[in-house]
Formats: sequence, C-alpha cells, structure tokens
Amino acid sequence: MVVETVRGAMRLCSVDADALAIGLAPGMTLADARACEPDLRVFDADPHADQDWLERLCDGCARYTPNAAPDGAAGLMLDISGCGHLWGGDEALAADAAARLERHGLRVRHAIASSPEAAHALARFPGPPAPDEDAAVRRLPVEALGLDAADAVALRRAGLRTVGDLASRPAATLAARFGEEAIDALDALLGRGHRPLAPRRPRAAVRIDRLFAEPIGSTAYALTILEEMAAQAGERLAERGEGGRRFEAVFFRSDGLAFPLRVETSLPVRDAPAILRLMRERIDSLSDPIDPGFGFDMLRLTVPQAEKLAPTQLALEGGEARREDSVAALVDRLSIRAGRARIQRLAPRDSHMPEQAQLALPAVEPRAPESWLERADAAGEPDDPPLRPLHLFDPPQPIEVMAQLPDGPPHRFRWRRGLHDVARYEGPERIAPEWWRAKDGAIAGDGIGRTRDYYRVEDARGRRYWIFRHGLYGAEATHPAWYIHGLFA
Amino acid sequence: MVESIPSLAALKRHIASLDRAPARDACARFATGHAPLDDALGGGLACGRVHELFGEGEEEGAAAGLALLWAQLAGGEAPLLWLRTQGAARVGGAPYGPGLAALGLDPARLLIGTMADDAMLLRAGIDALRCPALGGLVMELRGRAPLLDLTASRRLALAAEASGVTALLLRIGGAPTPSAADTRWRVTAAPSAPLPGNGPGRAAFALTLLRRRAGSDGQAWRLVWDRDRGSFGDAGDERHDDGRDRADAYAPLSGAELPLSAGRSAADRAA
Repeated sequence: MVVETVRGAMRLCSVDADALAIGLAPGMTLADARACEPDLRVFDADPHADQDWLERLCDGCARYTPNAAPDGAAGLMLDISGCGHLWGGDEALAADAAARLERHGLRVRHAIASSPEAAHALARFPGPPAPDEDAAVRRLPVEALGLDAADAVALRRAGLRTVGDLASRPAATLAARFGEEAIDALDALLGRGHRPLAPRRPRAAVRIDRLFAEPIGSTAYALTILEEMAAQAGERLAERGEGGRRFEAVFFRSDGLAFPLRVETSLPVRDAPAILRLMRERIDSLSDPIDPGFGFDMLRLTVPQAEKLAPTQLALEGGEARREDSVAALVDRLSIRAGRARIQRLAPRDSHMPEQAQLALPAVEPRAPESWLERADAAGEPDDPPLRPLHLFDPPQPIEVMAQLPDGPPHRFRWRRGLHDVARYEGPERIAPEWWRAKDGAIAGDGIGRTRDYYRVEDARGRRYWIFRHGLYGAEATHPAWYIHGLFA
Repeated sequence: MVESIPSLAALKRHIASLDRAPARDACARFATGHAPLDDALGGGLACGRVHELFGEGEEEGAAAGLALLWAQLAGGEAPLLWLRTQGAARVGGAPYGPGLAALGLDPARLLIGTMADDAMLLRAGIDALRCPALGGLVMELRGRAPLLDLTASRRLALAAEASGVTALLLRIGGAPTPSAADTRWRVTAAPSAPLPGNGPGRAAFALTLLRRRAGSDGQAWRLVWDRDRGSFGDAGDERHDDGRDRADAYAPLSGAELPLSAGRSAADRAA
C-alpha cells in the first residue's frame, strides 16, 4: 500500500486487493491501518514516478495503435478502431495487451466501448455481463458519471441509482439541479457526444514497422535492421520530394517496455547512413545504454517532421555528393552528442539595451534570414574603431572606480583584484532604459533600470574595456555604481 | 653489422611513411596583411595546421579577437566554429554579436559551441576538424588544460592536415607544454593609436612568436586590425601614431618574453 502526507497525517492513498479485503480503504490514517493489521508493507507515494511509468507503458502500447494516451492517473486509453483485425479481433487485442501488462505485476481491468468515456467508466465499474454496450452503460452506478461526491449522494437520495435511471429523466430538470456538466457527462457516456482522443504521439509523416518472429537480443543487430528501415524511409521521402527533420526510432522490448531514440537535424535529410550515424551518436550519449533484456520483438522508425527537399544532385565522379562533409552535418552531430542548446548561433534582436541586443539560438533550428551588417550600432561609420565589445558580461560585473568628478570620466578602476589606470577613454555614450519596459536595464537585485553612461576605456597596457556608470549623478542616484560590461579585442 | 644497414634503412623508410611528413613548402598559407610578419613566416600562417595562441587571463579579449580574425582570414567566406567550455562562458563573458560585427566578423557565420568540459571540447574539436566545409576552428581552453597533451594535439594536427581546416588553440592563462602546433604565439593587447580626443583607436595586438616548427622564432610584432580593408596593418601606417607611448608600453613586454623562447627545453622543441 502507498501512503502520502495529507494535512499533517500519514494517510493511505491507494491499497491493493488484499488490503481492501481486510477492510482498509484509501483515506484512512496509517496509524488506524496499523492498528487493524500490524505488518503492513508501506511505500511513499511518488506521483511523478507513477506518471512516468504510465507514459512508458503508453509508449509501449503504440504496438497496438498509433492513438494511445494516458487516461487519468492510472489508466491507458487506446483507440483501436480498425486495428483489431491485425490481432484476430478486438477482444484478442485487449487480451494480449492485458497479458503483456500483467507480466509487469500489474492488475489490469479493461473494457472496449464505442466512446472513450464509456470505456473509461465500464473498466472502472465492472458489472455482470450485459447483452450490448448500451445496456451495460445504463446499468452503471451514477458515480460513473464522474460528478462530485456530494452530487452523486444527492442523486442517490433522489432515488436515481443508475445511469439508465438518469437517462430516462428530462435533461432540463437535471441541468437545473446538477449543472451543465452532468448532462455533458451523461451524453458522453451514452455515446451521444464525440470527444476525440488526444494521442501522446502525433501522427507521423512516414512510419515503418518491423516485427520479428523471434525477439532479437543484440542492439547492434537491431541497428543494422534499423539502417534497412532508414533506407526504406528515405525512398518513401524521396518519392514525396521531402527530407526528414526529425527521426524517431522505437525499440519495443518483448516485455512491453519501449526505448525511444530521437534525433533532430538542421537540414532535411533522407540519407540512411547519415541517419544511422546520428542514431549511434544518440546511443553513445545515453547515460544508461539500451538494455535488450529478453530481446526486441519490434522496431519502428517514424519521421514526425518532414520538409521539402529537392532531389539531390549527383556528384560528377558518380554517387551523391557527400552530405557528411557539410557544416550542417557537423552541427547535427555535435548537437546530438553535447545537447541541443550547446551549439548556438547568434541572432540580432531589436533593443537598445546592450545585453538584449542578441539572442543565442540553437544552431539546429532553421535559420531566419537576419542580417547583422545593417545594424547601426554594430558597424558604425567606416574607419571607426569597434564601438561594441567582443565579450559581454551578463550580468555586468561591479567594479570600483575612481573619478575626478562624480559625473566625470573614470580615472582608475579595480576589477578582479587588478588595478587599471585609464590611459584613454571615449564617452559617455548614454543609453537610457526602455521606459515602456521598466524592468529592463535593471541590474540583479536593483529593481529598476537607470540611465547608463558607457565609456570605452583603454588602460596603460593597452587592454580595452567597456564600463558604465549606472544612474545619473544627482538625479537618479547619489552614489552611482560602476560596472564593467564587456571586453574589446 | 653489415646486414643491419639495409634493414635499418628499411625501418627508416617505414617510419618516414608512417609520419606522412607533409610537403611544407607546398602547403597553402593565408597572409595577415602585415608585411614583416608575413615575410618572416614565408607568406603568412599555414592553412590546415594548428596554431597556439597564449594569453594571460587579463588578455582574453585581445587573444580571442586575434584568434577569430585569423580564423576568418584562413577560412574566407566559410562558417567558423568557436568552441568553449561552460567554465569559460561563466568567467569570460559571452560572445557578443554587435561586437563581432564591429570587428568585421559576420556573427551569422559564427557557430558557438559551449561544451561541458575540456574532454568534450577536444572530442568536438576533432570532429569539427574532420569537416572540410568549415572555414576555421577556434578552441578556447582555460588554465593548464592537462588533457591537451602531446597525443591530443597531434591528433588535432593530423585531423587539421587531412581536412585543411585551420585550428587556432586559444590558451587563456595556460603555460606552453610540448605540442604538435605549427606555430605558438603569445598575444597581449597593445596600446592603440588614439583617436582625436584621446579615445581608444583600432584594435591593436602585440605578438611574440614563441615557437615555430620550421624556422626561426623569437620575433615580436605589433599588429593593428583594419576592418575596412579586412587585413592587419603595421602600426606605422596609422594616422595618429605616437611612437613614444607605444615604446614605453612595449619595450619591457617583449624583453620579458624573449628569454622564455630562447631557454625552453629540448622536449618543447622535439614536439
């Protein structure tokens, strides 16, 4: 059984069938439960781990249907329309799924119905066999509507015990007493409304499955088969004049777990060796390697995102031009190995505040055609020295400055324990905060942005710095602080 | 003894074939535009080689700027890759697009890789050097960088030779160790020629050639970057040159560096 702390007391939040049999129920305090049965096996509740596990099981169910979604905290919803015949009927499919899940030690109840809500309710409130689905739904208790506990009690007091009782009443009186939701829930349960399932995985442009008669126990062999599948996917993409931007390979293990591998490319590709090379990079970067366990019984390769890619030009000496030599391929490789956000490209951003004038974007994302060279603050007049630094500190680093006048140029400053005499300076260049965004230009812990007076300074040894005084002397601050914001080349 | 001579010769041939000594005179060079420096190096720095640039922690702006400018000169219009570590990004500040553009480097052509540690950075560096479409690679390593030993730098040099990509190893706060680099430099910022009104002028660099694989070393130069011409110029052709100020700051600097290159160990030269 599992406990969690509710309002300071340890309470049971879920119990197994044996515990239910001896009279324990969710909501009891742990102390009461221990009084009933001294040797309980107690575990702490971990909703995140439960959710994670459920999502992995859901991914594993993708072998039955592409439309699978987690349902609540402890359920899976599979849309098996048109999938049953592959498994010898809907019932056979459900039995196979249940058997596969029971191998993990789970207790599984399942139901097949024509609407998701009906299936949800039928699986949770099992009853005696009914002649058809409508009769089974009408026999369900009113709790199956999923209303508040108080509403369910009120319905029972009114003598309405089953969904069928409720369905025979006029809708208007029910709506007046229990609200619109009760009617909606009733309609959904009786299959009158239609709510589509939101699958965990969106439908892919290209999907290739490979089922094995015998599970294969070697990841290396699975990868060679994956390469064949990638070549097949490449042909299909070529027919449509497309290339994949994202690829996902899923290794289905025979015990129901699935290992997904996802790679992303900066330019569309359909070249099988290139895709496989990225997949291998991805495997190398995994913290725990793919464990074949008792073997993989199915592989799936999908291309969730594809873009137009013209047929490739053949190189003169025969064969296609080598894509792996291009910088895009290098970006893909490094991004997969080191992480998506680690290889970046700088994009300009329209802002006066120096630290907000650029964005660092992952280089695998498609590049927007933005030009740096048209920007006025970057280049300046021809023959000017650089007016902006090569390195920028964000946040700016505080320095101690000696100036002859409180609103005058700096004379000497101390940064990183070194004393720098200012030999040359140019400034101030006054940059005011963007008043329509008052927070902008604020230094950490300072609250509001003030006017900055920037100086380009050079110390006696020739090192060039970009420093500023934060706040106008007398008007905005009595003792304006100084910061170093950048280093020039 | 007589028998051993042919086998010795065969062994020597074998070793020579393993070494794959590149034809040094034939390799492409890129000119910096600074005539005395280019002349001393026989036409400029070699493309497809590793060049090491050492700079103190205080000089990272100048050293990084010079490395990027050389990478651009070597690569022309091709994209550049600047590899750094997370630690460097934390201490040294982030690359700043407007500042790159102000130096004449197009930020849209620059890729910035921030790696978790030195090992990852070296691995990524080898990968990048195997990609011939890359124009140039700048690898920024901080401190002693014990992972960059002779073997690692030899690997980098071989990858650079095979693809023709020029690698610039930017060593901030490090001390020279044996390496397979083609040239090794010490970079400091030099006082610029002031603008009217005593404002800091164009970026100026003081260079000392610490070591060179084939040729003499120990010389020192002062380079000024001219963004509009896209090359380095001599300090002499500045309009507002004041020689007195330059000599003051420069003389003790090069004097301090010279004994280092003259008195280095045999192992250093062997690398």
